Amino acid sequence: MGQRSENVDQLVDHLFRQEFGRMVSRLARILGAPRLAMAEDAVQHAMLQALQLWPYQGAPEYPQAWLAKVAYHRALDILKSERKLRYYDDEKEFELRNQIEELRACGPAQSLRFSQEVADERLALIFVCCHPQLPRPASVALTLKVVCGFGVAEIARAFLSTETAIEQRLVRAKRMIRDQSLRCEVPDPGQLDERLGAVLEVLYLLFTEGYAATAGDRLIKNDLCAEAIRLAESLAENSATAQPECHALLALMLFQAARLPARTDALGDLVLLEEQDRNLWDRSMIHLGLLHLEQAASGDKLSAYHLQAEIAAMHSTTEHFTLTNWESILSLYDLLSEKQPTPVVLINRAVAVAQVDGPAAGLAALQAIPVDGQAERYPFLHAAEGEFHRRLGHTSEAEISFHRALEFARTEPQQRFLLRKLAALRGGEVQGE
Amino acid sequence: MANFLLLLHQTPSRFRNLSPEEIQKILGSYIAWRDALVKRNKMRAGEKLTNDGGRHLRTHDGKVSVTDGPFSESQEILGGFFMIEAADYGEAVEIARTCPHLGEGKWIEVRQVDAVH
Repeated sequence: MGQRSENVDQLVDHLFRQEFGRMVSRLARILGAPRLAMAEDAVQHAMLQALQLWPYQGAPEYPQAWLAKVAYHRALDILKSERKLRYYDDEKEFELRNQIEELRACGPAQSLRFSQEVADERLALIFVCCHPQLPRPASVALTLKVVCGFGVAEIARAFLSTETAIEQRLVRAKRMIRDQSLRCEVPDPGQLDERLGAVLEVLYLLFTEGYAATAGDRLIKNDLCAEAIRLAESLAENSATAQPECHALLALMLFQAARLPARTDALGDLVLLEEQDRNLWDRSMIHLGLLHLEQAASGDKLSAYHLQAEIAAMHSTTEHFTLTNWESILSLYDLLSEKQPTPVVLINRAVAVAQVDGPAAGLAALQAIPVDGQAERYPFLHAAEGEFHRRLGHTSEAEISFHRALEFARTEPQQRFLLRKLAALRGGEVQGE
Repeated sequence: MANFLLLLHQTPSRFRNLSPEEIQKILGSYIAWRDALVKRNKMRAGEKLTNDGGRHLRTHDGKVSVTDGPFSESQEILGGFFMIEAADYGEAVEIARTCPHLGEGKWIEVRQVDAVH
């Protein structure tokens, strides 16, 4: 037999993961959202076929077209076998056959067109996965699974959950989609605002999970951030969904993701903003963030994302921590705390207050925060309190606060950080600001 | 130089639910292995066989009987083969040793193709 072309191109990074999402999007549009599971099965089948066949013959010249062909054939087969059991779905079968024909003739031009067309369908799938009627955690898991192509085990690792729990979430979400006949489409302008809001919430949840310094596989978590950004970029590239809020969220995520390389040291310990080596920040991401922030400035809506992005921008464009413009940041936090008076925001505001008016003011701001059970268990709250006490020379109060923070510390790096703070207290050293 | 068959034996396993990323990773190692041999001009052929037991033909009392080959979840079957060029068994084995196929429930049989020059 002749050898395959000497195409030694390795498969592009994450190709399969991305193709999974794109193919499921395509099939979901043809088959309908209630048949999402069928779409997944067809695509999974195609990938397993590739796993069995490609080792012997090498990767095909157009891997995406190959995978899509097999997936469509599989979906067609499933539909045909259903036909015997229930009803005729001529329209869907017809569409699938059309798609297969197009792919048969696949050359580079067709391949490219195919990729571009999928963009819209991917958006439609995102909207159905992030439908306001679905519980947010379910939307996050479902988006990761069917749009981003993550495996159940990978999602479980990312969220420190079990495969069973994630699987249940996915099953329930798909059942709700089926029961409520939700549709795979970009919403009408009339509904777009509300629906887009839900999508942005899900994307931000996805991002914060990846960004969070809680325990877990760092590599997977970085992937979550990257996926959230990619999804937000798809929204920003589509004129219907490129609302100012979307640009603002994208800017925020870019600014935060830009800091990832500097956020952990060689031991995997958390490096505070004030100590991060700003040379490690990703300049191109910051630049991109600023571009999107500019685009977010159009229109008259000032969302929480706008404010958070502005704050992040201030940090990202400051050469050194000591040069930070805390007055401006405090004003932004004042506005943000009116819109979103969550403990996290208020604690961050207190930190800004301390920078502007001194630790005593910061402490007062902190102690004015209404603290419920959940906030009480937030290590950052107590660490901030400890820090303010330390700066005021209240060593014993500081110790109590840091100990309290330790009680709630969730990761080893957090614990090490707090233990260092305690050690420094006992060492009697006053650390320079 | 001679040709060698690498016969890839395996028990048909239920693929556990591999994620797209995992599938790509495994594929990547196979493709890299194969491409390296192609580059060295040592890859002569490679085919996957279908997942069934095939057919067995035997003679009994002068008659040919045809039976289905065995195929079950626990049965080992020949999954596919490669034909490579190598100087001798030593080199062929070294090549086979690096094939990602080797693993639990999977083994490789190396046989030299006889040739009369």
